[in-house]
Amino acid sequence: MAAVDVSVLLAACLLVLGPLAVVLQRQPWLSAVVYAVAALLCAGFALVGLVALAGPASGSALVLPIGLPWIGAHLRLDLLSSFFLVVLGLGGSITSLYAIGYGRHEHAPLRVLAFYPPFLGAMALVLLADDAYTFLLSWEVMSLLSWALVLTHHREEDTRTAGYVYLVMAGFGTMALLLAFGLLAGADGGYGFDAMRGAVRSPLIVAVVLGLMLLGAGSKAGLAPLHVWLPLAHPAAPSHVSALMSGVMTKVALYGFIRVVFDLLGPLEWWAAPVVIFLGAATAVLGILLAMMETDIKRALAYSTIENIGVIFAALGLALAFRANGLTAAAALAFSAALFHIFNHMAFKSLLFMGAGAVLNATGLRDLDRLGGLIHRMPVTAFLMLVGVLAISALPPLNGFASEWLLFQAVLMSPGIPQSGLQLMIPAAGGGLALAAALAAAAFVRIYGVGFLGRARSDAAGSAVEVDRFSLTAMGILAAICVLAGIFPGVVLDAMAPVVQAVIGGRLPVQANESLFTIVPIAEARSSYNGFLVFIFVAFCASAASWAVHRFASRQLRRAPAWDCGFPDASTMTQYSAGGMAQPLRRVLGSTLLAARERVEMPEPGDRRPARLVVRVADLVWQVIYLPISGLVGAVATRMDRLQFLTIRLYLSLVFGLLILLLIGLMLWQ
Amino acid sequence: MAIVAALMIQFVQMLLVVALAPLLLGLVRKVKARLMRRRGASLIQPYRDLLRLMRKQVVLADNASWLFRVAPYLIFAATWVAAALVPTFATGLHFSWTADLIAIVALLGSARFFLALAGMDVGTSFGGIGSSREMMISSLAEPAMMLTVFSLALVAGSTQLSTVAEYMASPAVGLRVSLGMALVALVIVALAENARIPVDNPSTHLELTMVHEAMVLEYSGRHLAMIEIAAALKLLLYISLIGCIFLPWGLVNSDSGAGLSAYLVAMALYGGKLALGGVVLAIFETSIAKMRVFRVPNFIGVALMLSLLGTLLLFVSRSL
Repeated sequence: MAAVDVSVLLAACLLVLGPLAVVLQRQPWLSAVVYAVAALLCAGFALVGLVALAGPASGSALVLPIGLPWIGAHLRLDLLSSFFLVVLGLGGSITSLYAIGYGRHEHAPLRVLAFYPPFLGAMALVLLADDAYTFLLSWEVMSLLSWALVLTHHREEDTRTAGYVYLVMAGFGTMALLLAFGLLAGADGGYGFDAMRGAVRSPLIVAVVLGLMLLGAGSKAGLAPLHVWLPLAHPAAPSHVSALMSGVMTKVALYGFIRVVFDLLGPLEWWAAPVVIFLGAATAVLGILLAMMETDIKRALAYSTIENIGVIFAALGLALAFRANGLTAAAALAFSAALFHIFNHMAFKSLLFMGAGAVLNATGLRDLDRLGGLIHRMPVTAFLMLVGVLAISALPPLNGFASEWLLFQAVLMSPGIPQSGLQLMIPAAGGGLALAAALAAAAFVRIYGVGFLGRARSDAAGSAVEVDRFSLTAMGILAAICVLAGIFPGVVLDAMAPVVQAVIGGRLPVQANESLFTIVPIAEARSSYNGFLVFIFVAFCASAASWAVHRFASRQLRRAPAWDCGFPDASTMTQYSAGGMAQPLRRVLGSTLLAARERVEMPEPGDRRPARLVVRVADLVWQVIYLPISGLVGAVATRMDRLQFLTIRLYLSLVFGLLILLLIGLMLWQ
Repeated sequence: MAIVAALMIQFVQMLLVVALAPLLLGLVRKVKARLMRRRGASLIQPYRDLLRLMRKQVVLADNASWLFRVAPYLIFAATWVAAALVPTFATGLHFSWTADLIAIVALLGSARFFLALAGMDVGTSFGGIGSSREMMISSLAEPAMMLTVFSLALVAGSTQLSTVAEYMASPAVGLRVSLGMALVALVIVALAENARIPVDNPSTHLELTMVHEAMVLEYSGRHLAMIEIAAALKLLLYISLIGCIFLPWGLVNSDSGAGLSAYLVAMALYGGKLALGGVVLAIFETSIAKMRVFRVPNFIGVALMLSLLGTLLLFVSRSL
C-alpha cells in the first residue's frame, strides 16, 4: 500500500468518526474514545508523512472515481504535502490527547465530537488533493466544519458574531480560491495540478492569481488586512479547537499558498516578492501590537498567531525574491526558515492555547485582569507555559529563535538581489520583523507576568487547581518539541531539506556534517549558531554559579512580607494590570498605529462617583476597510429593496430591457 | 595540545570578563564622582559590595515563586555566556562560532525576559512599572540593534563577530558614513540597554522614574548580587562590542599560534579600551540630564532611524 493510500484511508476514518459519534451518543465513554482514536489516526498521519519525506520526490498518487464524473478525485502525497502532513499529524494527535482530558468539561460534548474528527480529516484531504476540484471541496468542508466548531458555545452573543464574521470571510476566501483555480486551469479546463504546472500564462494572469491567492489563502491564514475574523473566531471555539485552528489550520492555508505560488504558477518574476514581503512584515507588526493591547488571554494568543503568519509570509516573500533572481542558496535559506517557523509555530501556539484552556478550565476566566498567581496554584501548567512563551518570544536556546535567526540570515542575503527597490525594502522589512520579535517578547512578558505571576486578582484564580494528566502530558510533549527543536535545529533542517530541494531546486548544506549540532546556513565564516552549546553553557554556568554561591557564600533564606519600597499594599488590585503593562507601548506606538486614545473622566466636585480612565484602542482595518464596505452593502441593499415590490408588468419589462442591453453588449463585443 | 590551548584561551576570556566587570563599574563611578568634585568610593568598592551581598541572608517575599529564585542565576548565566562570546583580546576563540552577533543580542534578550518576569513575580506595583517600561525600551532598542547588525553584516559580509572584527581591522574598510551612523546608533542602544543616563539612572532608588531598579526592588542577598554582576557584565559586553567593532586594533587571532606575550599585550590593550569606554561613559553621564520616560522613545528612535539610514546608504553605494 502506498503512502497516499494509507493517508486517504486515515482521513476517511476521521471523516466517518464524527457521524459515528453521533450514532453512539448515549455512551459515557464516548468522548474519551473518540479523541483517543482521533489521536491515533493523526499519529498515523505523522508517521506516513515522515516515511514519505524520505521517499521519492514525486510521491505516490491515487485516483478515486468520486467527485466530478469526467475527472474523478486525484490525490497525491508528494514531499511538500508530506511535510505539512507531519505538521498536521503531530498537531492533531497531541491536541486530541489534550482533548481526552479537556473534552470532559464540555457541557454538550457532541457539539464538538461530531465535527472534530472530520475537521482533521478534511484538512488532511486539502493536503492530499491533486486537482482543483478535490482541493476546493476539501477546503470548503474544512472551513464549514471549523465554523461549526467555532459555534460550539453558540448561546454566547460574541460567539454568534464571531461565527457570522468567520462565515462571511471563509466564503469570500473560497470564492477567491475558486477564481484563482479557474484562471490556473485556463480555457481548456485542466483541473489536475499536473496540467496546471505545465501551462503557459501571461504576466497579467499570474499577477491576478497571486492576488487571489493572497486573498483566499491569506484570509484563512490571517494575513492583514484579512485577519479580522481570526481574533474573533479562534478564541470563541473550545480551547483544543482553538489550538488546532491556530496551530494547524493556518498552516493548511499556508500550504495552499505555497502549493499554488511556488509550485503550480511556475517560476515567478521578481515583482511578486515585494507585495508578499510587505504584507508579511506589516501583518507581523500589526498583529503583535494588537496582542499587546488585548486583555483576553485567548484573543491575545490569536493576535500573536497573526504576527507569526506575517513572519512566515515575509520569509516566503524573501524566498520568492531570491528564487526569481536565481539565488538558489538564499532562496533555500528563506524557504527553510519559513518551513521551520511553520513547524515551530504549530508546536508553541498549540501549547499556549492548551495552557490558556487549562487556565480557563481551572478558573473559568479568560480575562488577564482577573487572573494572577497561577504559578503557585498550577505549577506544572505554569512551567510548561513558560517554555511556550520563551519559545514564541524567539529567545535562545528555544526553537522560535532558531527559525527567526534563519530568517534574519536570509534578510542579510539581500545584497545579492539586483533590483534596487527590493534591496531597499528588504532591510526595512527586516527592521519591521525585528520590531515584531521585540514586541512579541514584551507581549508575552505581559501575558505570563499578569496571568501566572504576582498575586491572584480574583477568588477563582486564587482557588484554581492543576488540570488533568492528559492535558499536562500533551502540553509536556509540545514543550519538549519546542526545546528539542531549539537545541537540535540541524536535525529538523535536514529532515526538511528534501522538501526545500523539491520546491526551490536547492537546499541548505547538510547540517549533520557540522560539529556538535551547529547550524550553518551558508558558510561558517558568515554565520553559525549552536543552540545545543548555548543551552549547555547557560545551564552549566547557572548551576555552577548557584552551587558556588550556596557552597561558599550563603544559603540562608528568610520569608517576609514584600518590601515594595516600604509601602506594601495588601490589595491585589495595586498590582500592575494588563492594561497598565501595555500603557507605555500604547502611548509610543499605539497612538498612531491603533488610534489609541486615553481620556480621564473626572467627576464634578461633590460628586461621589469614582474617576475613570477610559482607554480606546481600535484595529484601524475595521474602520478603514470593513465598516465602509459593510455600510455600502447595507445602503445598496436598502435601495434594492424596492425591487421586491414591483408589479409583474414592471418585472417583465425589466427582464426585457436587460436582455436587449446584453444583446447590444454582445454585438459590440464581437 | 592545540585544543587544550584553545580551550584555555576561551576559559581565560570567560574569567577575564567576569573579573573585570565590577572594576569597570567602579571606574565609571569613580570618574563620575571626581567630575562632580567628590572623592568617590574606591575602585574596588563594587567587589566589596558583591562579596557582602553574597554572604548576606536572602529575605524573600512571601509570595515569591521558584521563578523568582531561579531567575538571578539564569540572568547571570545568559549574560556571562553572551559576554564571553564577544571578542575581547582575541578573535577566533574556540567557541566563537557558537553564537553570532544576532544570537548574542538574543541571549541578552533572554536575560531581560527573565528579569522582567521576576519583576512581576511578587506582585508589587513597582515591579510592574519596571517590567513594563523595560519591555517598552527594549522593544525599541532591539530593532535598532538589529538594523545596526544589518549594516555591519553588509559591510563585513558576516554576522560572526570574529570575522567582523578582523574585517574592520583590515585596511579595506576605510572611513564610511554608514559605519559612523552605526556607531552612534550602537552607543544609544548601549546606553538604553544598560539603564544609563539619560534613559535610566543607575544610582537612583525610590523614584517614580526608575526602570531597572524598580524591577529588582524585591531582591536581596545573593540573588541581588547575581543581578548586579549580570548588569556589570552587560555594560562590559557592550563596551567590548563597540571596542571590537570600531577599535579593532590589537586583537590577537588565536588561530595564528601567537605566543604568550602577544596575548598579554592584547589583554593590556583591551584593558585600555575598557578604561577609555568607562571614562567616556562617565563624562557623558555627568554632562547630560536624565530624560523623562516618554521622551526615551524619541531618543531611541534616533538610533532606529540612524541605523536604518546607515543600512540603506550601504545599498545606495557600497563605499559609503
